[in-house]
Amino acid sequence: MLKILWTRLQQKHRTTAYPKGPAPELPPRFLGRPKIDMSRCTPDSCRSCAGACPHGALDIGERVRIDLGKCLFCGACEAACPAGVIEFTREYRMAVGRRGELEVQDAAYRLAEALDAKSRKLFGHSLKLRQVSAGGCGACEADVNVLNTVGWDLGRFGIQFVASPRHADGLLVTGPVTENMRLGLLKTWEAVPSPKLVIAAGACAISGGPYLGHPEVHDGCTRLLPVDLFIPGCPPHPLTVLDGLLRLLGRLEKDGR
Amino acid sequence: MSDMLAVRNAQAVPLAHMPVLEPEAFRRAVLDAVASGARIASFFGRPLPSGRLGVLCALAHDHAGTLSLLGMEAGEEYPSLSPDCPQAQLFERELAEQWGLRPKGHPWLKPVRFAPPRRPGGEPMGSGPCGVMPFYRVGGEEIHEVAVGPVHAGVIEPGHFRFQCRGETVKHLEISLGYQHRGVERALTGGPDARTSHYMETLAGDTTVGHAWAYCQALEALGRVEAPARAAVLRAAALELERLANHLGDLGALAGDVGFLPTQSYCGRLRGDALNMTALLCGNRFGRRLLKPGGTGCDVDERTLDELRLRLDALARDSASALRLLWDAPSVTARFEGAGALTLGDARALGLVGPSVRACGALQDVRRNQPFGVYRYAMIPVSTWDTGDVFARAHVRWMEFQRSVVFLRELFETLPAGPVLRAPGSPAPESVVVSLVEGWRGEVCHAAVTDAAGRFAAYKVVDPSFHNWPGLALALRGQGISDFPLCNKSFNLSYCGVDL
Ligand code: SF4
Repeated sequence: MLKILWTRLQQKHRTTAYPKGPAPELPPRFLGRPKIDMSRCTPDSCRSCAGACPHGALDIGERVRIDLGKCLFCGACEAACPAGVIEFTREYRMAVGRRGELEVQDAAYRLAEALDAKSRKLFGHSLKLRQVSAGGCGACEADVNVLNTVGWDLGRFGIQFVASPRHADGLLVTGPVTENMRLGLLKTWEAVPSPKLVIAAGACAISGGPYLGHPEVHDGCTRLLPVDLFIPGCPPHPLTVLDGLLRLLGRLEKDGR
Repeated sequence: MSDMLAVRNAQAVPLAHMPVLEPEAFRRAVLDAVASGARIASFFGRPLPSGRLGVLCALAHDHAGTLSLLGMEAGEEYPSLSPDCPQAQLFERELAEQWGLRPKGHPWLKPVRFAPPRRPGGEPMGSGPCGVMPFYRVGGEEIHEVAVGPVHAGVIEPGHFRFQCRGETVKHLEISLGYQHRGVERALTGGPDARTSHYMETLAGDTTVGHAWAYCQALEALGRVEAPARAAVLRAAALELERLANHLGDLGALAGDVGFLPTQSYCGRLRGDALNMTALLCGNRFGRRLLKPGGTGCDVDERTLDELRLRLDALARDSASALRLLWDAPSVTARFEGAGALTLGDARALGLVGPSVRACGALQDVRRNQPFGVYRYAMIPVSTWDTGDVFARAHVRWMEFQRSVVFLRELFETLPAGPVLRAPGSPAPESVVVSLVEGWRGEVCHAAVTDAAGRFAAYKVVDPSFHNWPGLALALRGQGISDFPLCNKSFNLSYCGVDL
């Protein structure tokens, strides 16, 4: 017992102060939300970035646009542009409420808004989620799971991952939804009592991610389920996931601290 | 062995040099090699222009430090190896599922992934949705069946488990996977292209570095280039960091499964600290973008190196204190000892790899037996234990953790100067290469066969979990069903790495 207490002292208190205090520091090379500055694009549009993204996240029609729902944050487009039009910043806040809002352009980015007052009353202080893993690489699950460790202590926000869909207020889906998991996902969804939420976490769940267009997958859960929150990333950083969840529940200030 | 082509790990050779035998002779040759101590590292097929199927088997000779390659051409069927060689059974089921090639005499031919056939016009092997197949049943009134999954209780990947129990005791466990099947291996054919490295980094997300390295090594061999010394050291650092993070996570989870919460909590945090060290190298906690064919995609500066050294010391110190607590708790060790025990004989027969086979006493580690990268010049001692139980699998992980820390310190001290990337040439045509890496779960094996244009005619991935899932099933025999989570965690196998 004494040993346990002594070790407890050695290991110290480690839960992040966020969101009351500052967010944990991200590594210098972290690739977060990209920024597009069209004023830097060469007048003759050199098109060096054309074809830089093998996943169709980059559109260089009229203006350069990046679909964060498809982006794997590999930085290939940034590297391809000689003029510095595209720059991946260290901004971790990226979760949005509508699929279309995942588009990054030379303009403001709209983060997710809180649920309406009625839903907030229901879920705002206690949100139980059932996680369904539907065909990804397992990294999304791993970094969602991290929120349950002492470092993040998700429970202090009243958010908890539960074992049964019957006990859940919604699903957090990861993976591109393989044909082999489609039935499992839909049955789990049906088992959740209404009203219920769906959160799509990671490029796979939003668009198919690296497996976009494979006949073995359904390019994410967006065509199968009504998604309330989209969390981009491959995988999303735990901070991005937490920010999205708190935003949805209206637990962060409007100015998006 | 004279009827096989001997190669080293990650040595590309012309396909024409590989002997191609008739099915019966092929079967004999593989069986003889396995009987004299070789392991099947890979075993896969590709369609030939003739319409027949070209099968390739890569055998690992751990003591000689070599691999041998052997081919077979077959039409519809061939004599099965599985009755005499259990480690072939999943490979043979896979061949049947993908290409419709029937192993005659296979004891129980069932789908592996419930995947659509890859041969045009082929018949699917499963007759219904994923997981619908005849499961092994134990008869008798006292027997009851427990079915779990595909959606499990935790935040974890899907799989289906069926336990045949008498009371609390598990008589038999059958595991059915395939739910994560997303067609990666199929999509790799015809590459390499711009998507290839993303596929490699997501074969199994927690083994990003292991798989990326196996791929890079294969492409470097085909492109006749060797990664510069500095990149080689950075790769090893990333691989050992991946091992640290995952071993810590597993040790914490094992503590949690026996209700020992202090170690579980500390390890949860410490695992994150290890992941964040990888993120310091490349910005991503799983090591995405770090490895590139020809070297690494990023370099480190002195300041980062200093920071890494500091963090490693803190990690080693805090982990030692968290784990000391675990090993000193008799209530924990009592649960670990004797649970889910495997004999060395069974482990070898099933062809297990990684900490799971080392926990049975086997001196088997790619870093030592088939060394690659810096492991060719620097030794990292192999960690073994001989009880084959949960305790052994936990203890081996802890020994490996400590040895990796020492090794990492050395790497950080001896980082050579110079470039980190030397782009490989275009892949040699009509060639074959087998590339092995010791990932944290065990042997990661990638095999590539190129066509006349140097494109992948076949790219075969064998995640260590592919070898090890049957080990978990066997370890459960005679155990209390309530010990399943503990036994399962002690293997901690990948679903997506198998389902591909
Ligand atoms: S989005 Fe990326 S990290 Fe998440 S499951 Fe898919 S491939 Fe893995």
